[in-house]
Amino acid sequence: MDKMNEPILEVKNLRVSFKTYNGKVQAVRGVDFHLNKGETLAIVGESGSGKSVTTKAILGILSKNAIIEEGEILYQGKDLTKFKEKDFYDIRGKEISLIFQDPLSALNPIMKIGKQITEALILKEKMSKQEAKKRALELMKTVGIPQPEVRFNQYPFQFSGGMRQRIVIAIALASNAKIMICDEPTTALDVTIQAKILDEIKEIKEKNDLSVIFITHDLGVVANMADRICVMYAGKIVEVGTSEEIFYSPAHPYTWALLSSMPDLETKDELFSIPGTPPNMIFPPKGDAFAERNQYALEVDFEQEPPFFKLSDTHYAATWLLHPNAPKVEMPDILKNRIARLRREEAESIG
Amino acid sequence: MAEREKILEIKNLCMEFPVKRREKLKALNNVTFDIYKGENFGLVGESGCGKTTLGRTIIRLYNPTSGEILFNGRSISGKLNKDTRKYVTDNIAMIFQDPISSLNPRMTIQEIIAEGLSIRGIKNKEEQRRMVVEILDKVGLLPEHAARYPHEFSGGQRQRIGIARALILNPSFIIADEPVSALDVSIQAQVIKLLLEMKKIMGLTILFIAHDLSVVKYFSDRIGVMCKGQLVELGDADEVYKNPLHPYTRALLSAIPEPDPIREKKKKRLYYDPQIHDYSKESPEFVEITPGHFVYGSPSEIEQYRIDLKEGINIFN
Ligand SMILES: Nc1ncnc2c1ncn2[C@@H]1O[C@H](COP(=O)(O)OP(=O)(O)OP(=O)(O)O)[C@@H](O)[C@H]1O
Ligand SMILES: Nc1ncnc2c1ncn2[C@@H]1O[C@H](COP(=O)(O)OP(=O)(O)OP(=O)(O)O)[C@@H](O)[C@H]1O
Ligand SMILES: [Mg+2]
Ligand SMILES: [Mg+2]
Repeated sequence: MDKMNEPILEVKNLRVSFKTYNGKVQAVRGVDFHLNKGETLAIVGESGSGKSVTTKAILGILSKNAIIEEGEILYQGKDLTKFKEKDFYDIRGKEISLIFQDPLSALNPIMKIGKQITEALILKEKMSKQEAKKRALELMKTVGIPQPEVRFNQYPFQFSGGMRQRIVIAIALASNAKIMICDEPTTALDVTIQAKILDEIKEIKEKNDLSVIFITHDLGVVANMADRICVMYAGKIVEVGTSEEIFYSPAHPYTWALLSSMPDLETKDELFSIPGTPPNMIFPPKGDAFAERNQYALEVDFEQEPPFFKLSDTHYAATWLLHPNAPKVEMPDILKNRIARLRREEAESIG
Repeated sequence: MAEREKILEIKNLCMEFPVKRREKLKALNNVTFDIYKGENFGLVGESGCGKTTLGRTIIRLYNPTSGEILFNGRSISGKLNKDTRKYVTDNIAMIFQDPISSLNPRMTIQEIIAEGLSIRGIKNKEEQRRMVVEILDKVGLLPEHAARYPHEFSGGQRQRIGIARALILNPSFIIADEPVSALDVSIQAQVIKLLLEMKKIMGLTILFIAHDLSVVKYFSDRIGVMCKGQLVELGDADEVYKNPLHPYTRALLSAIPEPDPIREKKKKRLYYDPQIHDYSKESPEFVEITPGHFVYGSPSEIEQYRIDLKEGINIFN
């Protein structure tokens, strides 16, 4: 287990903004986290909270109107924020691979699927053409594409949404990268194929001692994959902990709200959704950005940004509710009851 | 039960794509089912089984190879004249699966969402702006967003733009192709509530294509399960979840991820092997096994399903 504590990647106080017509969007506002060797770190959080932007900063693929205002991204003793475009050639796809959120934009619409896979193999893994084709067909099979020989010669538009996503996964699986960043890798897949691909990622992870950053909105998938979890809201990490800590004893009101919004097979009543709209990141709110939508907000939340409070060596949350002088507030009943029910069912199935 | 009014009738629908010379891919193979007025019909199935193709064929982005589609009793599957084309676009809207590729990168969000309004004859710019701001708010976006371009949004924000674009047209039938899969659970909940609310107010009927089975169960009155271009099971949502008969449905239900790390890590899943069906001697049919619950199988498979139903089905042990 001790290798678990050896960080392979460290993001320190990262701030990223975008210049837009209406003003500067402060998409990432001081993000700190590390990725340990061999672990899977999940990043969950509100849509637009800066998950993809953070990972794009790691790979140097932010759009042109982006500015890295501050911060460091340390990989093998080097700060990736200082890298020039050509310095990234040796990193992208080789050291750090990425499964994009939007499978279509990752594929070239006018290039045959097979060529898109083999090209990566020839370029990055220095394979011969024949080798690359053989490997590409294997990979297509691995991700469950039927009739790979036929599919090899088709174009992206001839594939279904999930099949395109699987091609992007196949390309990422082809590399011998040390870090794999998966941004919503399985959203377009049915749960049986999703399960298969998740197993595949786990297997490769074991085999290559891969470290994985996994972004997804599917909390069930997070429960399946993650060793640790970062929860993001409005450009910041608001809670971090082991998978068990986040699912069984979440501490930040945003994490509570997030977990409560998820329907499960028992849900019949009206779904819970967080009231209000996400903050405008051109003028991010003062204090705790979640305060306005937080039924448990304290006065201080509107004034002052909460620091991280320590709950265990691995579990931290940035909420004033954890301040010793704060009133005692418990997590909402829907969540408490669900955790209790799941734990009870688990106990029954063992006993 | 009173005879319910059908809004959509699909009869033996086939859609083939050319693969190579003389080789065809049957993306839809004899699909037959109805959707009732005002219901939420959930469609789930294997990736690549033809769900999007079904949606795109209904709104007539594709010309069906054979079969029939009736909308409010009117055929919309043949060659489209101007009148029928208008009838289809006025009544049916689709929320597309790939948010980015369905949004023109050179248009602002305002222009993208208002495009349909212009086609509908609402050309007053002020009025358009007001309607766009209103719909943006409904899907959880801000008025400021109207001036931005698609690439300036996160994945989930783009998906909501697609939803706004469909809803602003006031259709009576919406095909929502994975409308919530890129959304965080809270916005997902918001969008589901929005669709349910629109349904109440406007009497909307929704064909909801999705992979998240907890969401589908919550959202849908009835569910259809597709596999390789065919419907393999169909029934009331609660019934299909309680008594899944087809092995693919069972595999699906056994693979639903749950927000519980300990359980997830030791979960046993069922796998579906399409080879288990032997249709060489007996041919399969789509059979109504109990009222409203249909399953695809050969006579001997159906016999087994009847026994399963009697003995009770538990896929989780
Ligand atoms: N090129 C850009 N120009 C302006 N704003 C941008 C740009 N790219 C991203 N943003 C904004 O930055 C914020 C963070 O976006 P990001 O893509 O990181 O969100 P996310 O957490 O990945 O969300 P999702 O879950 O929806 O994918 C959003 O508010 C988004 O609108
Ligand atoms: N324009 C096309 N040309 C050729 N083949 C196509 C075309 N569109 C779809 N197909 C094929 O038809 C089949 C069904 O595709 P479809 O997109 O309907 O699947 P789906 O059920 O929506 O899958 P997913 O869940 O992955 O989105 C697939 O095998 C796909 O490759
Ligand atoms: Mg994203
Ligand atoms: Mg599809």
